[in-house]
Amino acid sequence: MIMKARVTVTLKTDVLDPQGKAIHGALATLGFEGVDSVRQGKLIELELDETDRDEAKRKVEAMCEKLLANTVIENYAIDLSN
Amino acid sequence: MKSAIVLFPGTNRERDMAATLKRVTGKAPEIVWHGETRLPEVDLIVLPGGFSYGDYLRCGAIAANSPIMPDVIARANAGTFVLGVCNGFQMLTETGLLPGALMRNANLQFVCRDVHLKVENTQTPFTSAYEPGQVIRVPVAHGDGNYFADEKTLDALEDSGRVVLRYCDEKGALTQTANPNGSQRNIAGILNEAGNVLGLMPHPEDMTDARLGGTDGLGLFESIAAAA
Repeated sequence: MIMKARVTVTLKTDVLDPQGKAIHGALATLGFEGVDSVRQGKLIELELDETDRDEAKRKVEAMCEKLLANTVIENYAIDLSN
Repeated sequence: MKSAIVLFPGTNRERDMAATLKRVTGKAPEIVWHGETRLPEVDLIVLPGGFSYGDYLRCGAIAANSPIMPDVIARANAGTFVLGVCNGFQMLTETGLLPGALMRNANLQFVCRDVHLKVENTQTPFTSAYEPGQVIRVPVAHGDGNYFADEKTLDALEDSGRVVLRYCDEKGALTQTANPNGSQRNIAGILNEAGNVLGLMPHPEDMTDARLGGTDGLGLFESIAAAA
């Protein structure tokens, strides 16, 4: 059975996000009002050959720590589904 | 002095680095493919600039996990000099050999021009040929050179003289307009705690020949050659 993992990587709140700021500016230019702030992140989708949920979570956490996120500047969240 | 340059897919300016090292040390560096697992016995390992793996995921992140890197890290920890320029600096932060991270330039623009740097610490194996506070001119070419670290790390770097190079104007003033990428505290280059690993965003190897615009970058390589 294939398990899917969605990893959301976002910049930590105390890290400036110039790309989010540029998107915010563009939204304002387009006339979209009432946007207080924009932060940009990335979504990484994985398909795992794994049936055990805990084991899958452990594996993806290790991947995040080693490669998928840079924990100096980024947070990550893991969402597993069958 | 023996040196090696690690080559990654997407590396550039490694020939400029090789030409400079040959001119300064009299010996051509060995070029080592990133897929190797062992470096030759050398005094200096260079991680050059470029856009390894197309900057996918994060700049330097995939290169930092390539097969050669465990040996680079082991040599660095054993005291071998390691110089990371531009993409190489990004790799060094990704491996954890240097603290902090290099983020997208604050103005979101790729910057490719000469900048001025202030040599803040000359008591290092990489800068001993310069005068304290000397202002040098070297090029930068990057889109992700915005140095970030938390305040505690920045204070620790400054207190131990590990902020070796800062962006400044031609007179040496550390102004915001002289900062090409939004780096915190105008930081252009930092040293590890042991003092044998230097990472910097500018390209000193591209300012080592008067016929190509100047020789301000030579001092860095002469310093290493003298220390090795």
